[in-house]
This record gives sequence, structure tokens and C-alpha cells, in this order.
Amino acid sequence: MNPSTRSPLTWAVHLSVLLLVILWTMPTAGLLISSLRDKDQLAVSGWWTALATSSRNDVARAPSADSQVERDGKFVISGNLLEGRGGGQISAFGFSSREHGKFKAGETAELNDGERLTVQGDGSFEIVSDTKMEGSRGQRIFYTAATPPRFTIDNYIEVLSAAGIGTSFLNSLTVAIPSTVIPILIAAFAAYALAWMPFPGRAILLAVVVGLLVVPLQMSLIPLLQLYNGVGAFFGVPAKTYMGIWLAHTGFGLPLAIYLLRNYMAGLPREIMESARVDGASDFDIFVKIILPLSFPALASFAIFQFLWTWNDLLVAIVFLGAGEDSLVLTGRLVNLLGSRGGNWEILTASAFITIVVPLIVFFALQRYLVRGLLAGSVKGG
Amino acid sequence: MQLLAAILTMIVGVLACAAYFWATNFILDWIFPSKGLSGAAASRNLRITNAIRPWLFLAPALFALTIYLIYPVVQSVWLSFHDRGGQSFVGARNYNWMINDGEFRQSIFNNFLWLLVVPALATFFGLIIAALTDRIWWGNIAKTLIFMPMAISFVGAAVIWKFIYDYRAEGSEQIGLLNAIVVAFGGLPQAWITLPFWNNFFLMVILIWIQTGFAMVILSAALRGIPEETIEAAVIDGANGWQIFFKIMVPQIWGTIAVVWTTITILVLKVFDIVLAMTNGQWQSQVLANLMFDWMFRGGGDFGRGASIAVVIMVLVIPIMIWNIRNATKESGGH
Repeated sequence: MNPSTRSPLTWAVHLSVLLLVILWTMPTAGLLISSLRDKDQLAVSGWWTALATSSRNDVARAPSADSQVERDGKFVISGNLLEGRGGGQISAFGFSSREHGKFKAGETAELNDGERLTVQGDGSFEIVSDTKMEGSRGQRIFYTAATPPRFTIDNYIEVLSAAGIGTSFLNSLTVAIPSTVIPILIAAFAAYALAWMPFPGRAILLAVVVGLLVVPLQMSLIPLLQLYNGVGAFFGVPAKTYMGIWLAHTGFGLPLAIYLLRNYMAGLPREIMESARVDGASDFDIFVKIILPLSFPALASFAIFQFLWTWNDLLVAIVFLGAGEDSLVLTGRLVNLLGSRGGNWEILTASAFITIVVPLIVFFALQRYLVRGLLAGSVKGG
Repeated sequence: MQLLAAILTMIVGVLACAAYFWATNFILDWIFPSKGLSGAAASRNLRITNAIRPWLFLAPALFALTIYLIYPVVQSVWLSFHDRGGQSFVGARNYNWMINDGEFRQSIFNNFLWLLVVPALATFFGLIIAALTDRIWWGNIAKTLIFMPMAISFVGAAVIWKFIYDYRAEGSEQIGLLNAIVVAFGGLPQAWITLPFWNNFFLMVILIWIQTGFAMVILSAALRGIPEETIEAAVIDGANGWQIFFKIMVPQIWGTIAVVWTTITILVLKVFDIVLAMTNGQWQSQVLANLMFDWMFRGGGDFGRGASIAVVIMVLVIPIMIWNIRNATKESGGH
């Protein structure tokens, strides 16, 4: 406010906002960071440690006695503990799970039967024996390795190629785009009629639209499903089609669209329309040539709302499109993955990020219109 | 391929729509021409077209609203008095069953918990953040970041938070943030979402996280709309920051706070995705919308019971609906 209030209080404001921002962004940040981490690291350490070198205890088995070679009269088995395990640095090793750290890297350990084991920091090891070694199973070596942070897009590659996410991504687009565009035109005409054309019953109709804004979607599901089944059986077409879900989203989105657009159009200056009418323009001309271009901000904000809502929707999609493998949208796919791959965080985090990336792009690119729309239509309940 | 078909259908649909509006208007003007006619006939025709045209503009919207919203409401009420297949009339048996059903009562209880906690906290945080961010130069960046969860689907948010609530057995390293913090302070890790009663609150956090941004945006605009003079007068009278905020600013935006509150309340009544994705109603976290979905589609489906639960949700919404309608008609009364 005024400069004289610059005081510890100002710092408190800065700090508390910072704290709130961190609190609100951290969940999403955690998801994004996790989805980019190596899946072995993701499973054993928190994402907040992603930048730190992680140390892990592991076990490897040396090759069996068959692979020993004779060198200078001694028998040697050699290899590398970290081979195929993503590299790292070994700090200590031992022979049992309780003795991960008994010997430092580079030291030579004496095994009970006269064999000597040396493990280097880079993972290479040698078992040396004076006599020929026997036994079909190799020596188990327990070690502590420090792994540098690793980031990879492997999780995304895995998810996009295997889990059906690609198909679902397309399904979501197929649902969301027409469901966004179709209601706009219908609503714009209706909104114009409600804003600028006098007719008996206009006030009642407007009240009905406002009332319908809050009708729970759940009410519609069973009757519409029955209706769709009936129509489908009558015409011999499947009941669950894209056409059906587009129209459903259109119906559910219309109250908000009409309400938003009517409020906006009612606020346009009356003089423009009257002078056009004096010039002989019909309502249709006025609407198409004057109102529609002027209403662009309102149309844009509704479009964003409707797109976010249809893209993020789960209920309408599983009811009217079904939960079949080919017809699942992204949100439905994610719910399925939560059930079937609940512990595989590398799959879940990457899939979740793929499902939220499109709305996030829309959000950041068009936030201005979104805010404007919210302010105009804050009666609607999601 | 499929996307192409969708875009094609969309273009066809939009064109058909445009064609409808254009053609009906053209026909109307053709049947009742107002140009090139003498006075009386022209004004008679003009009157007729003016009476018909609004309905041409409204027809598709009214049609869609009737099929997709009004008819289902009526039909749901009708179905709620019928048996599972919707064939024979059973009177109030579905409602009777409901009152005696433990899971339904659990859902009602949980829904009321949600209704008490979520709108209150989301509005409260929204108000605080709106007031704080208006005072600092990077307020808009902060707002954007807090508003961002709004773009995330409930299911996406559920995954994000499930990761935070993730539980590993005691002794192994926790990868869930909440348990990691608890363990760091010497506590025992918990499987948060399986704790009856308390798990409701862990699910509510998700919705609060999403909705605070909405509350913040609306309330921030309302706070800016407060006339400067009232605040200046309070400053001159020696009011401190708290007094200005709670006694001068907040009372002036009660109307907006009420709008935010009711909007979130309606959303809460419909909450479904979060519960489905997090617990699916297990561990006593069931809510009405998810219970209804259960009765509709699982175990063969019982449309009568499903519809009666939907009617309960509808009844809970009606007071807010009436309040909204009264506000809206008051606003547009002058127009």
C-alpha cells in the first residue's frame, strides 16, 4: 500500500506468499520430477532427493567356478559388479547382507576358504585363489554403491509405446475438440435472443438456464443411457459413439455457454445495434456481422472452459463412450493404471503428466481469457 | 484417422448448424417479407417475423437443454420410484432401502463433512492469498502458480496426491512426501488413505488444492473493486491492517464470497473422480456421487436405486439453485 508501511510486515507477506506458492506447486513439481527420474531410483528414494547422489545397498553374484582362468599359477575369477546396473561408485563391500560395509573399496578381503576378493571403486572385482576353485554357484558379493542422479525420458517412451496412452490421447482429442466447438454456435444464437430480442417468456427462460447451471450431471446419466440404448437399438447403431458423447457434452455445456455469452452480449452498447437496425440490417445480419466478432473474448473464455472440462472429464466419457480398451480416454486410462499398476510410479507419473500436459499448455497460454470467463460466469459449479 | 473423422464431423456439424440458422431466417424473411411492401402489410409482417425469430434462434439450444437436462431430471425422479430395470412401480421402496443402508448413511455423512470443510477452506485460502498477492510485485506470478491446479483433471490430481500419500513399510525409505516428513520428525509412517474417517480429509485436501485458485481469482477481482475511499477513511481513523481487512474489506465482498462458496459447494456435491481414483469408496470414504455410480454400473446395475441417489443429490442442490435464480433475476431485472 503506502511506502511507510514497509516493515517486517512486508517481509512476512512475501514469505507467506512464497510458502503458499511452494505448497501449491510442490505436488505437481514432484510428479514432473519423478516422471523424469530413473525408475530404479524413483522406487527407492523420494523425488526431493533427485539431485543428490543416492547410495544404495545391493548384491551381485560373481560368475561360477567354470569361468576361472589360470594366471601365474593362481586361479582368478574377475568381472564387474556394476555392469548393466547404470554405473556409480562402490564405497564398500562384504559377504553377507549384514556386512555391506565391512571392507572399503580397493581393500582385499580374505574369504574363509583361502580365496581373496578385491573390489575396486569402479565395480571391477577379482577373486584370487591358490588352488582351483570349485562349486557351481558364484560367490555373493554385497556392496554399497553411490549412484549419481540420473534423469531420463525412458519412462515416457515406455508409456507412450506400451500402455495404450497414445490411443487414449487421440480419443481424448476426438472427444474434446468437437465437444468444445459445437455448443458455441448454438449457444451464441440463443444468448443473442435472450439478450437483445424481446419476446414473451424471456425472463423465465433465463431463469431456467440459470437453474440448469447447477443440475448435477449425475441426474442425466441413467435416463440418457436408456435413451441412447433405445435410439441405438431403433436405428441399429451402437449406443456408445463419439456422436453421442459430443452431443452429451454439448447439452451439459450449454447452460454455462448461454449464461456467459448472454451476460457478455447484454453488456454491449445498445447504440451499435440500433444504428445498424436503422440502416436496415436484420437481426441475423446484426448477430453475424456485429455481435459475433465483438463477443470474441467471451467465446474464447467459454471455449477454454469447455475444453478443459471435456478433456478432464471422466464420468461422461466412461458412461457414454464405455471403458473398452479402444475407447478409453486419458482420464479413464489413468484410473485403470492406478488400479492395475498402482505401485509402478514410473508408469503412473509419466502417464499422469501426459494427461495433464495439454490442459496445462492451454491454461498457461490462454489464462487471461480463463480469468475473464470465470469472473463473468461465477455462478456455475464446475 | 479417427481424429480426422472427428474434425470432419465437427466441420459438418458446425456447417449444418450455421445452415440451419441461415436457412430458417431466409425462409422466414421469404414468407413474411417486410421490404418492398406498403406500410400496413410491411409492419404486419415485421411484427410476425419479430415474434418468430427469437424462437428460431433459441430452438437448437432449447432442444438440447430439454433432451440432456430437463428430461433426465424428470425421468430420474420417475425411475427412482421403479425397480432395478425401470419396469414396475415400487413406490418409495428405493428411498426406504436408502435410509436403512449403512453405506448410504456413510456417504451422506461424508458428503456433509466435505460440504463443511472444502468450501470453507478453499474460500478462506483463496481470500487470504488474494489479499496477500495484491500487495506484492510478483503477485501475478504467484497467482498463476496457485491457479494452475485448476487445469488439472481430478484423476490427474488424484495420481499427484496418491504419490504424496504413498506408504512404505516402516524402516524402508519413504518416497511419499507426507510420510517422509512424518518419519523425519520421528513419527511412524501411515497408509494415510486407508485410515477410516481421517482419509476423508486427505481426499478433501485434493479438492481444496484445486479450488483455491478459483476462489482466489474471483475474490481478488472483488477486492480490487472495493472503493479506495472506504479504506482511506479507515486508515485515517487509525484502523490497523487486520481491522481494515476484516471489518472494512471483507464485509463489502460478502456477496462474492457467497457466490464462491456456493459454487464450490455444488462442485463438492458432485465430487466423484477423486474418490473413485483414490479409494473407490473403500475404507469408509464413500460419497454420494460414487455410490450412485456403483449402483448404476457395478453388479448388473440397479437403475432405481441409482436414480434415487441422484435425486438426493439434486434435492441438496435445489436451495442453491433457487438462490442463484433469485440473484440472477435481480441483476438482470433492469435490462
